[in-house]
Amino acid sequence: MRVSAIGCTALLLLAVAACGGRDSGGETAAGGGTAAAGQCAGQQTTGITDTSIKLGGIYPLSGPASAYGDIPTGIKAYFDYVNAEQGGIDGRKVEFVVRDDGYSPPKAVEEARRLVEQEQVFALFQTLGTPSTTAVWDYTNQRKVPQVFVATGASQWGSNTEHPWTIGWQPDYVSEARVYAQYLKDEKPEAKVAALYQNDDFGKDLLGGFKKAIEGTGIQVVAEQSYEVADPTVDAQMGNLAESGADVFLNITTPKFGALALAADAKNTRWNPLHIVNNVAASRTVLEPVGFENVQGVMSATYYKDPNDPTWDDDAEMKLYKQKMQQYAAGKDPNIPYHAFGWAAASSFHKAMDAAACPTREGLRDSVRNLDNVEVPMLLPGITMKTGPDDGFPIESMQLMEFKGERWELIGEVIDTRAQFGPPTTE
Amino acid sequence: MTESTKTDEKTSAPPAPVRTSAVARWRWGALAVLLVLAVYAPFQLAPFYVFQLTMVLVYAVALLGLNLLVGHAGQISLGHGAFFAIGAYTAAILMEREALPYPLTLPVAAAVAFLIGLGLGVPAMRLRGLYLALVTLAIAIFLVPLLKRFEELTGGSMGLTLAKPQPPAWTGLAEDQWLYFIALIVAVGAFLLVASLLRSRVGRALHAVRDNEIAAEVMGVRLSFYKTLAFAWSAMLAGVAGSVYTWVIGFVSPDSFTVNLSINLLAGIVVGGLGSLSGPVLGGLFVMFVPSISQDINDAAPGVIFGLLIIAVMYVAPTGLAGLAGRLIKKIPRKKE
Amino acid sequence: MAGFLQQIVTGLGAGAIYASLALALVLIYQFTGIVNFAQGELAMFSTYVAWTLVAAGMSFWLALVITLVVSFVGGMLIERVVIRPVEGAPELTIVIVTVGLFIFVNAAAGWIWTFLIKDFPNPFPGGALELGAVTVNFSTLGVLGVVALVMGLLYLLFQHTKIGLGMRAVATNPASARLVGIRVGWTLALGWGLAATVGAVSGVLVAPLLFLEPNMMAGVLIYAFAAATLGGFDSPVGAVVGGLVVGVAETLAGAYVGFIGSDLKIGVPLLIILAVLLLRPQGLFGRAAVERA
Repeated sequence: MRVSAIGCTALLLLAVAACGGRDSGGETAAGGGTAAAGQCAGQQTTGITDTSIKLGGIYPLSGPASAYGDIPTGIKAYFDYVNAEQGGIDGRKVEFVVRDDGYSPPKAVEEARRLVEQEQVFALFQTLGTPSTTAVWDYTNQRKVPQVFVATGASQWGSNTEHPWTIGWQPDYVSEARVYAQYLKDEKPEAKVAALYQNDDFGKDLLGGFKKAIEGTGIQVVAEQSYEVADPTVDAQMGNLAESGADVFLNITTPKFGALALAADAKNTRWNPLHIVNNVAASRTVLEPVGFENVQGVMSATYYKDPNDPTWDDDAEMKLYKQKMQQYAAGKDPNIPYHAFGWAAASSFHKAMDAAACPTREGLRDSVRNLDNVEVPMLLPGITMKTGPDDGFPIESMQLMEFKGERWELIGEVIDTRAQFGPPTTE
Repeated sequence: MTESTKTDEKTSAPPAPVRTSAVARWRWGALAVLLVLAVYAPFQLAPFYVFQLTMVLVYAVALLGLNLLVGHAGQISLGHGAFFAIGAYTAAILMEREALPYPLTLPVAAAVAFLIGLGLGVPAMRLRGLYLALVTLAIAIFLVPLLKRFEELTGGSMGLTLAKPQPPAWTGLAEDQWLYFIALIVAVGAFLLVASLLRSRVGRALHAVRDNEIAAEVMGVRLSFYKTLAFAWSAMLAGVAGSVYTWVIGFVSPDSFTVNLSINLLAGIVVGGLGSLSGPVLGGLFVMFVPSISQDINDAAPGVIFGLLIIAVMYVAPTGLAGLAGRLIKKIPRKKE
Repeated sequence: MAGFLQQIVTGLGAGAIYASLALALVLIYQFTGIVNFAQGELAMFSTYVAWTLVAAGMSFWLALVITLVVSFVGGMLIERVVIRPVEGAPELTIVIVTVGLFIFVNAAAGWIWTFLIKDFPNPFPGGALELGAVTVNFSTLGVLGVVALVMGLLYLLFQHTKIGLGMRAVATNPASARLVGIRVGWTLALGWGLAATVGAVSGVLVAPLLFLEPNMMAGVLIYAFAAATLGGFDSPVGAVVGGLVVGVAETLAGAYVGFIGSDLKIGVPLLIILAVLLLRPQGLFGRAAVERA
């Protein structure tokens, strides 16, 4: 019986060998690549022509993190719209290839290599999650492939100088923590804070950034509890935090756990702290299941327009977004905030390509690192993308908001954390 | 209560009588062809495919260990990924913190995984079937927060990033080819080790344990000794695979070794074929390629296809792909005779 | 002291959730002798059925009844269609099929209903009972009550009905059972149907507390396994007691054992499973298996 199995394996190897030659694909084409002429002479033009541009994205479409799999839907809707109605980005039709890594770093490495070597993409436009992005970034930087606007808020994308080809997009978690710290300094200078955080880079970055930002003030963290994404509930943690008698509760969670913590806080009538929920879990789609009556007065901060928020009902970009989502992503709910996130990121990419001096990989790399207050209509008014030689963080401003009635109300001014605190760091 | 974990394919025991027959010669011939192809492939294939085959070999080594435990000793493990992770982290920590040259990390990773396997094997092997599955599942789940806890050593949830081994200049090989050949050498070594192990006294003792524990004990097989040993060897092979994994991927983090890895490995070996030497290779192909095939079919919900494919393979081949191939080939010569 | 008691109450609340799913695991094990990894996912899927009905305007109780019926039929269908073809295969093959089913059902639910969390109507009043300094939510009491009821029904089914006898015969030795005239195939299907129904009850109980989403039950599964192991895989009473003990132990360990903390408390079920299996493999309430070669 083994005979045949070995034989089959051999046949399979042969079949694989037949479908892609070492000389025809990969190494030579990508390594030597194609190069531009003129002022952009010698720069890489792999995956981009005068009429097309090919991008690759890696998201968890399967497994426990699949909720994020909605992001590429918004991106695709945006690109489909631009391709159909604007002739693409500067005349180049965008092809966006999405691959699934199931939130597993080795799978992300495989898919990144598939996209770069086999699909010959121009750039990786978004890899999702800190572990997957970290697993891939040495590879993309060695190959000099842009890995732009990654969908994770770790501060290392902006602060690390050895990976010029990788850049983040959303406000990093440290910046977000500073917004909350700033608010407490102004409003509750003696606050005692209890924090619930996800036990990974996201939770630790945000909590660490918060602790750093309150150094030397009267604010102190009196209790902290972590949870694992595999935990079924956070009731026990919430019970422990309530014991502390803190007057501020900092909810550093992903959507499902954010809702669980909000519900636990609402149920506990003996503990009524000021509840701050981080941006990741602050969508109306998280608050609604908890019950709006239970989340009155909850605070958060944001940087892009929430499609659920009636404030933007008459906003031109929001109208465009909802209309085009219906047209190009039929059957998908435009109110899912990940769709709007994807739309905003795709539109930011569009702007970055427009600003690029050369339609090359180097051109994109330089463009995303020299964004001069680029306006993206899906971002909040007053928030722009800005980067520079010593600033690798495209978005660093956020605005506080408070939940009132059935909607978030923006309060105060847009807070530019770089102006207030300097470059993000947890050190 | 009778346990039904023993497989019904007695054919998977070493087929001593056929060794001299024409079939055996055919088999060695096929093996030789396969090896030649395996050596030839990286010079023909695009680097991406070479990388994929490298990962197939890595998974095959891990599955070889799992096969020893599940296929040959009849014990179910849902925690094989944990030992894979232990090997991977041992290699990563030694390379990162101790700056140990990478080839030296493999024996250390093997030894560490072996010892931990032995330590856990002593209590675990008092259990059978379902209970062992649950304990090993719990170990796999527990490992993730444990890795995060010892942050100074493991890099916490950010993990450790490592430089990949570079080919020596004299070989003239590219990085992907070099890694492939390392994985190939390790895999061939592991296969030879396991094959000779199974032909020895130990192999016969393990099969006796699998087929009928009580009879084996009556005949004087020291049950707990051999079961614990099988567990430790299985862990060791997973550790070896883990260290090669670290060289190839260059990054370890807790998210790389979630319980999904253990489940995929178990599915891989059952789909590949328990108790046969080609099972781990077929299983490695399954673990590596089926998830990406799934998303080619349905990119909205790849899990739907992946789940269906696992069920479908089990229908067509309840004893795994190796068993299916075996059944097919058996039918053909009979008709001719 | 009040804090300690409150921790115990929190633990009992979590334990009731684990117990509800553990009952379904015990049931399927009693009928078929296998461990069904997809049990939690089937419960989650049933809950989505109920949610869809309620969202379409149906009253909660009517939706619940329909869901239980649909789950029962669905469970039997799964046995007939999915498990039947591999019935004679090694146990491990069937276990792997349930793993495939787990992945399939989870992905299908996400595909149909998205991964956004949904609120599920709570059949119990929202308030809480104030006992001195300790707060006990009505929903915790409600879950405990329903779990106790299901436990009682299962106990009667196992011990005092012909079906229970036949089912035990099938799980112990299908060949002998067939010889004495038991319809093995239907008994197995019945087991799957009943387990799916009990699972649906569990899902409906859990959903208001955990929010409904495709991964709702995945985190509960390992705790439910620990509960069933602790109590004994052949005892409904054991499953419930096991669930409560696991819930309390985990909560107390997370709160008071500094080294464990909230990140390592997932190790508690592992320790419990190991300790039980080494000291009393049949579980607290299980009968010791007499093995015959």
